[in-house]
Amino acid sequence: MQLIPMGFEVPNFTPAIPEIFLLAGACFVLLADLFISDKNRFITYLMAQVVLLITAGLVLTNFGSATVSTFSDMFVLDPMAQVLKVALILVTVGVFVYSRDYLRDRQMYRGEYFTLGLFTVLGMMIMVSAQTLLLIYLGLELLSLAMYALVAFRRDDGRASEAAMKYFVLGAIASGMLLYGMSFIYGITGSLYLDHIATYMSSNPVMQNVGLLLGLSFIIVGLGFKLGAVPFHMWVPDVYDGAPTSVTMFLGTAPKIAAFAMIIRLLAEGLGDMVQGWQQILAILAALSVVLGNIIAIAQTNIKRMFAYSTISHMGFVLMGVLAGTQAGYAASMFYIITYAIISMGGFAVIIYLSHNAKEADQLDDLKGLSSTHPWVAFMMMLFLFAMAGVPPTVGFYAKLSVITVVVDVSYTWLAVLAVVTSVIGAYYYLRAIKLMYFDKSDENTSTETIAENNLDGAKPSVANNNSLDFTVLLSINGFAVLLLGILPGGLMALCLRAIQSSL
Amino acid sequence: MFDGYLLSVLIWLPILGGILTLFAGDKVAARPVALVVSVLTFAISLLLWTGFNAEGYQLQFVELIPWIETFKINYSLGVDGISMPLILLNTFITVLIVLAGWEVIQKKPSQYMAAFLIMEGIINGVFAAQDAMLFYVFFEAMLIPMFIVIGIWGGDNRIYATIKFFLYTFFGSVFMLVSLIYMYTQAGSFAIADLHNVKLGLTPQILIFLSFLIAFGVKVPMWPVHTWLPDAHVQAPTGGSVILAAVMLKIGGYGFLRFSLPMVPDASAELAWLVIFMSLTAVVYIGFIALVQSDMKKLVAYSSIAHMGFVTLGFFILYPILKNTGSTEGSLMGLQGGMLQMISHGFISGAMFLAIGVLYDRMHTREISAYGGVANRMPWFAGFFVLFAMANTGLPGTSGFVGEFMVILASFKANFWIAFLSATTLIVGAAYTLWLVKRVIFGAVTNDQVSELTDINKRETFILSVLAVFVLLLGLWPEPLVHVMNDSLVHVIEQATTSKLVK
Repeated sequence: MQLIPMGFEVPNFTPAIPEIFLLAGACFVLLADLFISDKNRFITYLMAQVVLLITAGLVLTNFGSATVSTFSDMFVLDPMAQVLKVALILVTVGVFVYSRDYLRDRQMYRGEYFTLGLFTVLGMMIMVSAQTLLLIYLGLELLSLAMYALVAFRRDDGRASEAAMKYFVLGAIASGMLLYGMSFIYGITGSLYLDHIATYMSSNPVMQNVGLLLGLSFIIVGLGFKLGAVPFHMWVPDVYDGAPTSVTMFLGTAPKIAAFAMIIRLLAEGLGDMVQGWQQILAILAALSVVLGNIIAIAQTNIKRMFAYSTISHMGFVLMGVLAGTQAGYAASMFYIITYAIISMGGFAVIIYLSHNAKEADQLDDLKGLSSTHPWVAFMMMLFLFAMAGVPPTVGFYAKLSVITVVVDVSYTWLAVLAVVTSVIGAYYYLRAIKLMYFDKSDENTSTETIAENNLDGAKPSVANNNSLDFTVLLSINGFAVLLLGILPGGLMALCLRAIQSSL
Repeated sequence: MFDGYLLSVLIWLPILGGILTLFAGDKVAARPVALVVSVLTFAISLLLWTGFNAEGYQLQFVELIPWIETFKINYSLGVDGISMPLILLNTFITVLIVLAGWEVIQKKPSQYMAAFLIMEGIINGVFAAQDAMLFYVFFEAMLIPMFIVIGIWGGDNRIYATIKFFLYTFFGSVFMLVSLIYMYTQAGSFAIADLHNVKLGLTPQILIFLSFLIAFGVKVPMWPVHTWLPDAHVQAPTGGSVILAAVMLKIGGYGFLRFSLPMVPDASAELAWLVIFMSLTAVVYIGFIALVQSDMKKLVAYSSIAHMGFVTLGFFILYPILKNTGSTEGSLMGLQGGMLQMISHGFISGAMFLAIGVLYDRMHTREISAYGGVANRMPWFAGFFVLFAMANTGLPGTSGFVGEFMVILASFKANFWIAFLSATTLIVGAAYTLWLVKRVIFGAVTNDQVSELTDINKRETFILSVLAVFVLLLGLWPEPLVHVMNDSLVHVIEQATTSKLVK
């Protein structure tokens, strides 16, 4: 089978217009930023946002249209890709809004942040649309390389550099594993195209083929690394903790959506007929993730680390939906990952809100007494935490509900029971955070001291009021989205299911 | 009025009213707004009673809107003779809670009132939901306001108590979630009526039954998963204790009637002995524990557990009766007794906690030893307190008597020893309650603090007299309530004795 068809013809560019525009836009922002002084950095920010929004708009113009392939079928725009692209672009827009004040306060308000951000989005969009192993890998590397740089964005900070180093080394190992697994698959099936691989799988006995199984295992190891599922989770807490909070927020939201797409493309589309093979492996990864993530999170005193472990457990839930191997299962995971991105973005936004010039508010104790000093932010945080714990009427419950339903449906009831029991364990540390905000008094001494200090410096008396209006407005929208999607989750669920049904 | 959406009004009016209260401001408007909303809700809920047709078990005031179509979950509401009185109890008690917190709550009153109003709406939702997932959503959502109420306005050890409360209930309910999902995969729908009809094998039934037992057993609470209750009660503010004892515990009993008995009848029959054993332990053993309490609220909390033991006993006694006599005749009395006990316990325990709240507001202690001779300074209060205490012991003429008596009578049909053991409550219950009365109310004035007590004011008198009226009314003339519930309970018995095993 030929890798590239003979005879060149001009490909249909229409499905890839958003990506092409984003690439041009990112390059433009990169160049334009050279001529913008630090004082006017706002312009770079604005340009990046406009580029993202136009890209989202371009994706939306094709919204609901049928599946189109282009570039010799290497690139596809199907309903699933459309939904996921819109979701991850919008999440990135949100992350940029939340990041601005944080970056400004820490002398990190530079154009590179936004350019790198745009390139990660490009990488993610390519991953989402990829139809060959190679393109998946290219998208992933574009995403990862830009992400490594973002984690190391605060060069003078030892912990950030350490985190970036760890992330880079482990990320490289993961990419290597993935590539190694892909080479096995390619060697045996003779094609990089997912649909060709799927055809080969359906016409040959795959479960007896050791080479394929080996390839599959390596691919799952790579995916496990990227997703941060136990036992490939070691980098998650360190990177979450070490990276600047705005980068952590980015890292924990949009790339997860792309990773989900990668899993669906590889496992469901390409290796769909090996479902018996990967179902069991994923079940073990999922079980370990929910157990370990939730239990270790209890011991954390740092919010970012706590969220890191909580992410690990959430990724376990995402895997549960995937391992069902049914369309309902993929749709449930898709719903989970999108809503999780929204929830976790809000959670990190509150951490950013609480951080100010003097210090990073990354300790759990920094939440103390939040309800009396900032009742609105505390209320939003409570919504996010209850959503992470999966308590109705927040959307987190429906995400868990849909995932558990499909798991029970494929007779993995033990996994469902394990999942709900560990979510009770998880509820404890979310509740502890709410307790700190609502029932504990803030440490009066320190806060009055800070206020006094700030007054001496002539700064504003309140510590966290230097956030812009758009930050607060977005935080409120974010919180209400979590609540509203919880009261009326039907629309998004149906959208996910339709997208999956018409794509796979 | 409100044709076709009365139940929605009863759910959403308090919730929206609660949000309004939140924005009404602590100083001026919060209390009046909360009172207006709660009274209005209660008034509207009376339409349920007047418009209710007691003939037949069919659901009434039905509403159905598709909600999450992917999982065929509907916003489906309706009440029968079992849930309607519980909704009335809830709307009634909430009015009293708003009144009781009127002056006492000085810290963020708007949030306090809002929490209770929102909780009222959610609890109405629990009783009205006819879709299992809708039920579950309300069932869980209820935890959030209660968690906050105990955590913010509670006593010294409130944080321990509230987290324990939340985790216990959450732990119990997640197993129910898995069971409901399992039944959904079998029935293809979350509608409670469909789950009533789905055929299930014995092993799944037993597992489902156990998961329900954990969920509702924690809620009731039954021995041995009751330990969160004394903590929660003691630490909660008066309003929290009242809603907890008067309404929330009933959700557990309601769950047994709506879920366990009709959905998994074979497992219920199989494991009825377990529930009866747990109920009797609650009645006897917990009664003795109540005897040794030195904290008034704890004493009433333990007595609640003992009294709720009668509810579960009354519900499950139908299987031993069936086994013993070969017919279900007589078991109706057990179920009616259980239901009456639930409603009556709502009034009595609510009244007891409110009365203790009255004392606590004046003395700021719940220790029994700090009191003595209160009757000398607060004669009106003493009168009410003694009345409620008598009702708590089950004195004939009060509502406490009817339910317990019916359950004991029903138990005689099953087994003499069950009846004998449950009847010991008449002695133990009398012992701990009367001893409490003796130590707190009667005797000489023991210390200066007591001698400075002032009698109840008009607001307190009003609250306690309304409750006293209901306690007596229900004790002397339970017939209307029994009539309303009758057909629905007969239907439950029918469902509970019809095997659902897969052929």
